[in-house]
Amino acid sequence: MNRADLNNHGDLNLQVDLAGIKLKTPVLLASGPAGYGHEYRELLDFRTLGAIIVKGISLEPWTGNLPPRLAETSCGLLNAVGLQNPGVEYFLKEDLPALRNSGTKVIVNVVGCSPDEYAAVTSRLDGKEGIDGLEINISCPNVKAGGMAFGTDPKATAKLVEKVRRETELPLVIKLTPNVTDISTVARAAETAGADGLSLINTLAGMLIDTENQKPLLGNTFGGLSGPAVMPVALKMVWQAAAAVRIPVLGMGGINSADDALQFIMAGARAVAIGTGLFYNPGLPVEINKGLAGYLHDKGYNSLAEVEGVARRQKGAD
Amino acid sequence: MVAPGFCRLSLEAPKIAAAARPGQFVQVYMFSGRRPMLPRPFSIFNANPGQGQISFFIEVKGPGTAMLAAAKKNETWSLLGPLGNGFPAMPEGSLLVAGGAGIAPLVFLAASTQKERLLIYGAPSATMLTCPSSDLDLPGLITLEATEDGSRGEKGTAPELLAVKIKEASAVFSCGPCGMLAAVKSLCVSHGVPGWVSVEERMACGIGACVGCVIKTGNGYRRVCKDGPVFPVEEVVFDEQG
Repeated sequence: MNRADLNNHGDLNLQVDLAGIKLKTPVLLASGPAGYGHEYRELLDFRTLGAIIVKGISLEPWTGNLPPRLAETSCGLLNAVGLQNPGVEYFLKEDLPALRNSGTKVIVNVVGCSPDEYAAVTSRLDGKEGIDGLEINISCPNVKAGGMAFGTDPKATAKLVEKVRRETELPLVIKLTPNVTDISTVARAAETAGADGLSLINTLAGMLIDTENQKPLLGNTFGGLSGPAVMPVALKMVWQAAAAVRIPVLGMGGINSADDALQFIMAGARAVAIGTGLFYNPGLPVEINKGLAGYLHDKGYNSLAEVEGVARRQKGAD
Repeated sequence: MVAPGFCRLSLEAPKIAAAARPGQFVQVYMFSGRRPMLPRPFSIFNANPGQGQISFFIEVKGPGTAMLAAAKKNETWSLLGPLGNGFPAMPEGSLLVAGGAGIAPLVFLAASTQKERLLIYGAPSATMLTCPSSDLDLPGLITLEATEDGSRGEKGTAPELLAVKIKEASAVFSCGPCGMLAAVKSLCVSHGVPGWVSVEERMACGIGACVGCVIKTGNGYRRVCKDGPVFPVEEVVFDEQG
């Protein structure tokens, strides 16, 4: 869709406010697939995006996992990239300047091995021109606590969010892992500890075995599953998280059409992010914007806010 | 289909045909509705800027390549390319070493010059030397075939034949299975002959963003899609990729 198409529904408002970040459209690029945005800018007009959430940034460079890092599954993608990234100093110097002029908002995803590392990265990013918000990836293993992911324990989640909160005034979105028994308690823990918003889901833990070579297919053995295969799981968790908190929710997980996006918004998401879908079709964000605008127009709505959580109200869930 | 399990697919893609260099590849988008698949990367087998055409030489291995093999005339497919770095210019007296389906980028490379060059084309058996001989009928190109069971050409592997010929080579250009490339590497290093290999790894974005397709090199993990797919042979670490 070009801007002329957007203007066909020019009276319609696709703008949303996510945790204090004013987004032109409700479609964001999820952290990871698009890296730091340089490559996809050639394929996609970033002005059609609400924001790009850049790939996870740690304090020092991380080399990532042993290849193979990717395996395609039925309607999905298993990956174990291992959060390879050049570190926060490189990001500030080499990646951020170009992102400032990309025509969209910039949310930086933060990763770490310890609460101190998360805090240090956050403090380094705080106040930098061109950063509109932070997304804290709490799916990383807590090295000092035996490697269990922060986000699988409400107490570890709360501690981490409190610590990061002290380092910045930037809007803070906490990215939740789906590999938990009850998403609601983790969602509430993050909210109570000072989060401005939640994003979910991260990938679902999984693996594949290469029967010819009789060994795990991924170099890292385990990986994370994304893509349309996980969409119903993600939708349910967004529904549950939205019920548990008052802060806005960014929904993601296998979104591959405007109808998928609409389902997340009807489940209670303020906005949506796409990841694996971008690989299938770099034009997907544009398609989703067009589909959302078309839906609002056809049903006589004036803004997306009127549809947010509408399926919950139908079910009397709120 | 040009042989069992192999097909040659020609597409009208004038911009790619005009820009393509040997060793580069193209992402073919699958857009299969509710059952989406990742785009499939293929080395460019042939590019004809005059006719605005490119072609791929595809080994049918899974659902994506099966869809492409079933493509009908006049269908429209979405392509992104040319991608990747490609081979450097080939000097006089170069040796090209292809293993099985790895022949694809080397045919484009061989067609890019009329300089004296030798192609070693190896496979386990004659039925797996699937490249049509008409595609190898290029001015000044000499082709030596090798099969492990001796059913066609020399009996032995492509690297075994390379070991005999490498002393006369000015440079080596190779593409094929990992084990073969590892053997090519040790021959190039021990004879001090410069070599370049085109490697493959499962890809997602194809443009360098997702860092999913990395391989291990002497300079750390490098992206096959953006830093490659062609690497100086001495740079690639083959041991853990079996």
